[in-house]
Amino acid sequence: MANFAQQIVSGLAIGGIYGSLALALVLIYRATGVINFAQGELATLSAFVCAALVGHGWSFWPAFGITVILSFAGGMGLHVTLIRPLEQGPLLGIVIVTIGLLIAVNGLDTWIWGGQVHQFQGPFSTSPIHVGGVAFSKQDIGVIAVSVVALTLTGLLLSRTKLGLGLRAVAANPAEARLTGIPAGGMYALGWGLAAALGAVAGVMAAPSLLLGPNMMQTVLLYAFAAALVGAMVSPLGAVLGGLGLGVLLNLLGTYVHWIGGDLRLAVALALILALLVVRRHA
Amino acid sequence: MRRLYLLGAAAVVLVVLPFVLSDFRTVQLATVGAYFIAIIGLDVLIGHSGQVSLGHGGLMAVGGYTTAILMAHHGVQDLCTIPLAALVAGAVGLLFGLPALRLSGLFLALATFGIAVVLPTLLKRFDHFTGGSSGVALFGLPQQSGQGAGYLGMTNDTWLYALTWTIGIALFALAWWLLSSRFGRALRAARDSEPAAAAVGINRSAYRVAAFGISAAYAGVAGALYAINVAYVSPDTYSVQLSLFLLVGAVVGAYGSIWGALGGALLIEFLPDLAGTLPHVSSKEAGPATFFFGAVLIVIVLLLHLVRKVSAR
Repeated sequence: MANFAQQIVSGLAIGGIYGSLALALVLIYRATGVINFAQGELATLSAFVCAALVGHGWSFWPAFGITVILSFAGGMGLHVTLIRPLEQGPLLGIVIVTIGLLIAVNGLDTWIWGGQVHQFQGPFSTSPIHVGGVAFSKQDIGVIAVSVVALTLTGLLLSRTKLGLGLRAVAANPAEARLTGIPAGGMYALGWGLAAALGAVAGVMAAPSLLLGPNMMQTVLLYAFAAALVGAMVSPLGAVLGGLGLGVLLNLLGTYVHWIGGDLRLAVALALILALLVVRRHA
Repeated sequence: MRRLYLLGAAAVVLVVLPFVLSDFRTVQLATVGAYFIAIIGLDVLIGHSGQVSLGHGGLMAVGGYTTAILMAHHGVQDLCTIPLAALVAGAVGLLFGLPALRLSGLFLALATFGIAVVLPTLLKRFDHFTGGSSGVALFGLPQQSGQGAGYLGMTNDTWLYALTWTIGIALFALAWWLLSSRFGRALRAARDSEPAAAAVGINRSAYRVAAFGISAAYAGVAGALYAINVAYVSPDTYSVQLSLFLLVGAVVGAYGSIWGALGGALLIEFLPDLAGTLPHVSSKEAGPATFFFGAVLIVIVLLLHLVRKVSAR
């Protein structure tokens, strides 16, 4: 029973990371109608940036804050330089550019920091905390807390601010949104910026447990795809709940179903993706 | 007529090359031949049927493992495994082509990307069949046709080169014929306009599934030849990166032109060497070459878009 509770909590921790990246995917899909295949690699780059700042003697939280801000600016910059010029063309062009970005960022990380994985000391200690006789990892609890804060802030921004209203309006009906004076191009760029910032949170939070390396987020991206598809790629809440649910489900399957173990978790996620895609017809 | 001269010249160059190049370059060019075949297959799919695949490395793996398992565990001569690799990969492609009918381009990209990511983990998990992480070694097996005496007094490297490019040219000709025949026209009609294709009695679904099968069979042959050339297969031989590089190759070939496949295949093999000529960059490093692959892909898509925009004016 104690093990069960531990698995749920650590599942929620990794699920919060899946959910953050899934929400990033949903933000971009809703804003510009494309799937950003580079979302995971951008998150890895953010984690490397944070690690470099910490390596230069910064303490963790200021480094984390600067990383999120830099990622936000970088996401907007990518939209303006690479994505906007292609908006009038076929969708496949934009998708292929995001794949180019995936390859290029992966290469850049390897070029600068090498192909091996690095230890990354996160802000939370890995020592256990005892609640009702069960030992939970402080790191898991901390990661859950950070994810909850990041996701809540994004949710409030989308639902309670004028900026969020603009974002949703442009996603729902670009032409009419333009008529009411909302700068659509700016909103799209903002969506890319927000997505990159959320990805940065996911990347930095994932780095202590997954070990920091160029391919760190490759599998996380696949889990995030599955989570985002739970909400049909358009529902932010669906993506977050999908991420949390998937984290817990895969942790339990990996622990209690020996045939699946650690090796077939990715295959379970793929089966879920294929099932969701084929059962629900996506326009 | 001009095209025929070009083809003749290309044939002469292909025959002469192994005599003037080092063994190392000859082996590299044999690998280019395998990429060439896979990219032609990808061109059939992306360029002519309008379906995208980010998982062709996975289909190459199906072909490569078919060859490796038949050679190592069942004593089949390597040449005989090639058609079987095409059949197995083609069948997998046909099976995947059915659910693919229900997916738009964007989500087909997602699904095939997922397969490319997951396949290596499956190859590692079912290790009694695939040899797990250590893969299947083929070097020194009596089933290798290039070992020992060889054919026509060729060295092993020259033999691999000749084998790959003979099959490459044959499959190139087959694709050319297929795409300029009624089949190719119907395929493009089904891509461009569903109602128009239906009005002239083209079964759109059947053509799209067939394109997936043909494309997969090409990838299967490419994977088999790759395995024979390297004399080894492992999950890392057919990584996600290979799938993505094949896409780069197809896009460089301005998807649709099967002539461009040659350029794409050369790029995949020689870009690391090319990157190595830059100051402070070693061709042995994976990072810079990978970075430039991505950069080339982005620049080409942006340029193609620009060209289209200017020519539309």
